[in-house]
Amino acid sequence: MTKPSFFKVAAIGGTAAWLAVFALLPFLLILVVSFLARDPSSFVSPSFSLEGYATIADGAFLRIFLDSLAWAATTAAACLLLGYPFAYGLARLRTKRKNLFLLLIIIPFWTNSLIRTYALIFILKAQGLLNTLLLGLGLVDQPLEILYTDTAVLVGLIYTLLPFMILPLYSSIEKLDPRLLEAAKDLGAGRFRAFFAVSLPLTWPGILAGTMLTFLPALGMFYVADVLGGAKSLLIGNFIKNQFLTARDWPTGSAASVVLTGIMILLLLLYGGSGKGAPRKPEDIGA
Amino acid sequence: MALVYLFLYLPIVVLIVFSFNNSKYSTGWKGFSLRWYGELLSDTQLLDAALNSLTVASLSATCATILGTLAAWALHRYDFKAKKLFQTGLFIVIMSPDIVMGVSLLMLFVAVQLEPGFVTLLLAHITFSLPFVAVTVASRLAGFDKHVVEAAQDLGADEYETFRHVILPMVMPAVLAGWLLSFTLSLDDVIISFFVTGPGYEILPLRIYSMVKLGVKPVVNALCAIMVAATVVVVFASQILLKEKK
Repeated sequence: MTKPSFFKVAAIGGTAAWLAVFALLPFLLILVVSFLARDPSSFVSPSFSLEGYATIADGAFLRIFLDSLAWAATTAAACLLLGYPFAYGLARLRTKRKNLFLLLIIIPFWTNSLIRTYALIFILKAQGLLNTLLLGLGLVDQPLEILYTDTAVLVGLIYTLLPFMILPLYSSIEKLDPRLLEAAKDLGAGRFRAFFAVSLPLTWPGILAGTMLTFLPALGMFYVADVLGGAKSLLIGNFIKNQFLTARDWPTGSAASVVLTGIMILLLLLYGGSGKGAPRKPEDIGA
Repeated sequence: MALVYLFLYLPIVVLIVFSFNNSKYSTGWKGFSLRWYGELLSDTQLLDAALNSLTVASLSATCATILGTLAAWALHRYDFKAKKLFQTGLFIVIMSPDIVMGVSLLMLFVAVQLEPGFVTLLLAHITFSLPFVAVTVASRLAGFDKHVVEAAQDLGADEYETFRHVILPMVMPAVLAGWLLSFTLSLDDVIISFFVTGPGYEILPLRIYSMVKLGVKPVVNALCAIMVAATVVVVFASQILLKEKK
């Protein structure tokens, strides 16, 4: 080895410094602020306090928090139920058009989710497509009120996040060797048995990745609740946003952010512990 | 399967159809018209926001691509002490909830008294795009024959020259794909931008956000339709670039 070249130092140091200043430092800041006291004049006062955590340990936040977790879990579960058969079908397609079909999933994945959320209004509103259809078919007598309800928020979350579930599922199912399923069949396993004993365990990394990519954003996408929902603080994201911008209570907002990050770390550990925790490839996230 | 496509595309298609609707209220079809596209052209506030979005997206994509490519190369080429930490850092930035990144950057910028606006947006967008470029380029580097680097060094190239004249041309498709990726990420971001921008510098998604909250003008439909079309173009372009690796 020769002496470390300037280029090497610059390449490593430059990028590491960037991450340290704009990713690590801000997070440390949030951690520190979450343990400080509130000060209406300058956001925070430099004295140790557990006020922030006390506020979120209180009933009102706990309620939002648990509701929010339940919403995110429902979203992830619904995306999984919708996405798995779809991704399976897509991965097993034997046609030249397969890439086109895949591209059709990637397009919504990269389309501004606010715009997609907004587009849902056309479907869900009182005189929207869904109600027109239901009325026309005689299934309902008067328009259903879906928009500005919790249901609309849930539909919105599922709608915006579904591609984030499908893509990692697709890439893990794609890697699944069909011969393993044939082997299972030869050994006498039925379709169900083969699915639960072979497909499911082998595509587990995809399931976990998809769950993370839908569950975590679902907690934070405050604009979905703002645009489609009635209840204002349905999601942790709405709560955090309000603490920072409306209530100006930085310690509480920071404490909630720390908790949210804690959930992320927990999920990551679970993902890493699944045995296939190798660094992700860009395909897994749809790149 | 068709149902999932229907679910994903129906709202977008309806939105695009209604952007051509000649009606002041978006309920009911009043005939085909381009009037909202025309009105969009005279809406200077919206056009400014669009221009700002494009400026931030192209600048942040360029910076993120330079940094991300260097990061990918550093990880591929060198062994250093904090390598594992560095890799984990990139991964965590990808995974961390947008809202946490948004508020933490907000606090950083307030702490160093940086006026929220163009600069803060740019810094934030570079940060969240960087790891995506790094993984895109890294996956292309992973397939490389290490002997190429040795050959370059034997011929007398130093580290920079090796990178500049040997590696960079070889990873160019991934670098361009990374750029397009960051560009779309920047255009798409709502949450982080929401926290790090100020009233003086408005970008498109946030303008749309406030318009949607205040009551919708059909001109928003036209604007959204254009953004969807732009995304389609960028996605196709990046797919073509990434395909070359096969």
